[in-house]
Amino acid sequence: MALKANLLVVDDELIVRDSLDKWFREEGYDVTVAESAQDALTKMAAKRFDLALVDIKMPGTDGVELQRRMREIDPEMLVIIMTGYASVETAIAALKNGAYDYVSKPFDPDDIAHSVHNALSHKRAEQENVRLRETVASVVRPQEIVGQSAAMVRVFEAIQTVGPTDATVLITGESGTGKELCARAIHAASPRHYNPLVVIHCGALAETLLESELFGHEKGAFTGAQYRKKGSFEVAEGGSVFLDEVGDISLKTQTDLLRVLQEREITRVGSTHPIQVDFRCIAATNKKLEQLIEEGRFRPDLFYRLNVFQIQLPALRDRKGDIPILVEHFVRKFSASMNKRINRVSPAAMALLDRYQWPGNVRELENAVERAMVVAQEPEIREEDFALRLPLAEHQPRTLEDIERAHILAVLEDCKGNQTLAAEVLDIDRVTLHNKLKKYGWKRVTADVL
Amino acid sequence: MSLIQLLPFGSTAAETLSELRAGLEREFAVPCEILPPEPEPAFAFNLTRQQYSSTEILAAMLKRNTPAKWRLLGVTPLDLYIPILTFVFGEAQLPGTCAVVSSHRLRQEFYGLPADPRLQHERLLKEAVHELGHTLNLSHCEDYQCAMAPSHGVEWMDLKTSRFCGSCRLLAPACGALNASR
Repeated sequence: MALKANLLVVDDELIVRDSLDKWFREEGYDVTVAESAQDALTKMAAKRFDLALVDIKMPGTDGVELQRRMREIDPEMLVIIMTGYASVETAIAALKNGAYDYVSKPFDPDDIAHSVHNALSHKRAEQENVRLRETVASVVRPQEIVGQSAAMVRVFEAIQTVGPTDATVLITGESGTGKELCARAIHAASPRHYNPLVVIHCGALAETLLESELFGHEKGAFTGAQYRKKGSFEVAEGGSVFLDEVGDISLKTQTDLLRVLQEREITRVGSTHPIQVDFRCIAATNKKLEQLIEEGRFRPDLFYRLNVFQIQLPALRDRKGDIPILVEHFVRKFSASMNKRINRVSPAAMALLDRYQWPGNVRELENAVERAMVVAQEPEIREEDFALRLPLAEHQPRTLEDIERAHILAVLEDCKGNQTLAAEVLDIDRVTLHNKLKKYGWKRVTADVL
Repeated sequence: MSLIQLLPFGSTAAETLSELRAGLEREFAVPCEILPPEPEPAFAFNLTRQQYSSTEILAAMLKRNTPAKWRLLGVTPLDLYIPILTFVFGEAQLPGTCAVVSSHRLRQEFYGLPADPRLQHERLLKEAVHELGHTLNLSHCEDYQCAMAPSHGVEWMDLKTSRFCGSCRLLAPACGALNASR
């Protein structure tokens, strides 16, 4: 059965063009005809086609060369080569150049109908496959955002409220607070969740690259643009676009972005044809956009467009009550991936994590737990598994004994565990150092991890 | 559509024509008349292919200036083709007033099987309804039982019926009597 598709028929013979045009229209396809290679390329510039039927023998540019040029312009378009002079050589040449199929004129009606249908089904299956993979990668289970604190409960409520709508969301919060996870949860809670979530890390790309990434580009739009490329807003058709670190984009790109958000249409770099796009915008920043506006580095109108609904993610130091369940979550996660049977964290270790200020927020905690899991002995993570990796907060009140212990261990580490040398540096005798190390529970066996 | 005229090209059996007329009157709920036969359309014969061009036969039929509400259906036992395909069972204007159908490849004998006049009549009716559907601006239908389902071989034709599905009936506004009859 005919799939809805745009076909391009390229043949220099009028009677062939007319026959195929009429026959495929009866089959339910949208058909455009071209009388030459140049005509075909002109029509490709104005319209996107799913499949082209190309005559191999035409005056000027022949079908094999045209097929090569078509692939450069639109690698996704399928090509079926038609010929009146069936030969193995031409068939091989066509297929080697990427043709999907090869048919001899005149066609058996059943054969050509199946050939076109199979080609389109194959293309649909490939597109569906890509879309499903993107969807699977983008869908997040709600339990991946962990927290029971009042601040996090407010975040969950906000996600539940705004998720099912089409409203633009601005997620703010320090680095490592889980802005991307939050964006994924919003997308997962929306009716768009069967369509892609496209993530763009704005800060990681140079201005020209970001422009091409967002809006796509035509072949030859700039040096290195060898192929036509869809932009993120096109790829996200029907889904969501997550603009991470939106505060880092240039004023020029901000202007283009504002236009996309207002008009819901994009123009590829190097093109003049606007393309309608359907997406939901989720943006995130760890910067104070209001301050950037005052400094003239961020457009206020773009800020108002993005800031329709704001979700403020709390810093981990402001929700320390969530640390135990976050640690439990990460321990469970890494136990599975590392195949290590660790099922608890010692109270002393937990107290240490509670004292730390976590400037890198949840991401830093996750990394700390992962590293601790590597060195920890089953079945428990102990304080030492963290202590040697994580500096204590500078402004945390500490006892004289804590400071002495940390200083002695640091000197001992510098001396690579050599107690005689460490005693000399500390200007105490070796017996005193030995007694202090005994008091602090230091054992030579753990020196390996110093 | 208020009248269907059957125009035989060449020698189509009287029984085949009367069966087709009865079937079309039943399916479209409009009167159907059989016109005096035309000779074999030598002007449409292709010596190399040994087949008749359905497009040229249609062009000749168009000269009769059939009224917009009537349909003129050519019926022939000759093998039809269009330049790009090895054969066609029929061809129609999409939309328009004229269509032509061939019984040549609808016969079991063509495939080396014993003759089956009843099956041939059924196939011819299905093909005639299909081509007349194109004149009503219907394109091919996804319902495999619908008369507008594509059938590029007799095995596909035998799967479908001579009736339009509900969607095609709704899409054919000129076929008011057809809608009312279902």
